[in-house]
Amino acid sequence: MADLYSVENLHLSLPDLTKKPLLGSAPRIEILKDVSFALPKGEILGIVGGSGSGKSTLGRAMVRLLEPTGGKVLFGGQDITHLDEAALRPLRRRFQMIFQDPMSSLNPRHRVGQIIAAPLALHGFADVPARVTEALDHVGLPRHFAARYPHELSGGQRQRVGIARAIALRPEFILADEIVSGLDVSSQAQVLNLLEGLVKELGLTLAFISHDLSVIRRLCSRVLVLYRGAIVENAATADLFAAPKAAYTRELLDAIPLPDPDQLWA
Amino acid sequence: MSFLKITGLSARLKGTAFPILRDVSLEVAAGEVHGLVGESGAGKSMIGKAVLGILPASVEITRGAIELDGMDLLSLPPAERRRRIGATAALIPQDPLTALNPSRRIGPQVTDRLVDILGWPRARAETRARELLAEVHIPDPERVMRSYPHELSGGMRQRILIASAFAAEPKLIVADEPTTALDVTVQKQILKLIAEMQARHGTALLFVTHDLGVVSKVCQSLSVLYGGKVMEATTVRDFFRQPAHGYSRALLAATPKYTDPAASLTPVPDAVIAAVQAEIAAHDRSLRHG
Repeated sequence: MADLYSVENLHLSLPDLTKKPLLGSAPRIEILKDVSFALPKGEILGIVGGSGSGKSTLGRAMVRLLEPTGGKVLFGGQDITHLDEAALRPLRRRFQMIFQDPMSSLNPRHRVGQIIAAPLALHGFADVPARVTEALDHVGLPRHFAARYPHELSGGQRQRVGIARAIALRPEFILADEIVSGLDVSSQAQVLNLLEGLVKELGLTLAFISHDLSVIRRLCSRVLVLYRGAIVENAATADLFAAPKAAYTRELLDAIPLPDPDQLWA
Repeated sequence: MSFLKITGLSARLKGTAFPILRDVSLEVAAGEVHGLVGESGAGKSMIGKAVLGILPASVEITRGAIELDGMDLLSLPPAERRRRIGATAALIPQDPLTALNPSRRIGPQVTDRLVDILGWPRARAETRARELLAEVHIPDPERVMRSYPHELSGGMRQRILIASAFAAEPKLIVADEPTTALDVTVQKQILKLIAEMQARHGTALLFVTHDLGVVSKVCQSLSVLYGGKVMEATTVRDFFRQPAHGYSRALLAATPKYTDPAASLTPVPDAVIAAVQAEIAAHDRSLRHG
């Protein structure tokens, strides 16, 4: 199977504004250090790490919301590392993103229908209303929800709107950044089951960023573990949980509070 | 002998009939850790706020009693009630960034409570603050006392809030989702720290969380809430081993377990929600007529 993404020796640094002198430029802080991996078509890749480990930065470099400072990102064989916005525009339909907080990523003054339609219109789709309805059907929201505003929906329903907006464009790749961390367990279970079904049905490739290894294990076939901007482990999910190799992976696994009163923490 | 006793507490959105809490009763013994669990909007945080007398202005208590260390809180005049609560109870808040004043150094933020509420001299309060910061395993307490919140990590800030919660030797602490903003490895350290401090000081703890994994690690007993009503109150062991209520079983089935990846994840079924709502409606009717 061909790789949809191939990331080679990726480096990314950003100016550290907390250390910026009054005059002159801020020192740069290295966020990603020599990150390499391949993501085959149809796979669900989990990306885990603590806060500040660079997992969101890696995701944003993959969908080119950030421009890497070194290395390469190949998408479908094409080098997208330093493409400018005009050259990226036609590619943007093919890789989409779902954000953590639907309350801040959905325009509160637009109805659900408009929210899903906007990127479709931007990318020049012809039959926009039909595609909006189809997307709502796919994520299991009633069609009349198109007339509602985000604040009228529950957290789980809002996150489905975020998913509908992403899949309406029929992308090849979706980046999901901590999309269930703000949800209750019941809505979380619904969204995870939905995502799993959509990946199969629509032949998607997915990168799923999370700090929750229980969720990763449920959903992902492969896992990247990041620590301070570097990959410390890249393994098939089953292998990672059966025999974690990196010390940091073991630390992460040990820290999960298993819902079982007999499993006490060391 | 229960240290905190809540009896038939009901609250609603002021000026409406919209219920926030429905006939809530629970007891927490001295030195016990009691979990309040449920989905968002279940009312778990509201119980903690009612005990501490910090309910939002839009919420009013309509009936019931809160007994803290033998005092009937709701019958006291407001000023007296605030003083008594301040001397007996404390809060560990959810978000360590918003709970600390960004423009003040850490030292005075920890000592204020001792000086203002307990009337300690500033020098004695500062000595105590340094001891406490050392007790929550903060390296170099002297430097941290002079730091501003933005200079410290999230885990460090949460340690400071734990230290200030224990500062005045309260007999009850309400911990409101204290680790939700932290990542798992830091969460583990902080939960172990809260458990260690709680055991050493013999404090009763009301622990608000939506994470059943966390409950199983720190609590001895728990109340499961839905729609402001207690669905099941039991020991942690019984809850995980033989949950009595249908809603408890549904919550457990929706919680992913990394040791059991093949198990299907079931959202709380509509039938369970319907049954729970019917139970609540029947209870509401019996309250009105009873």
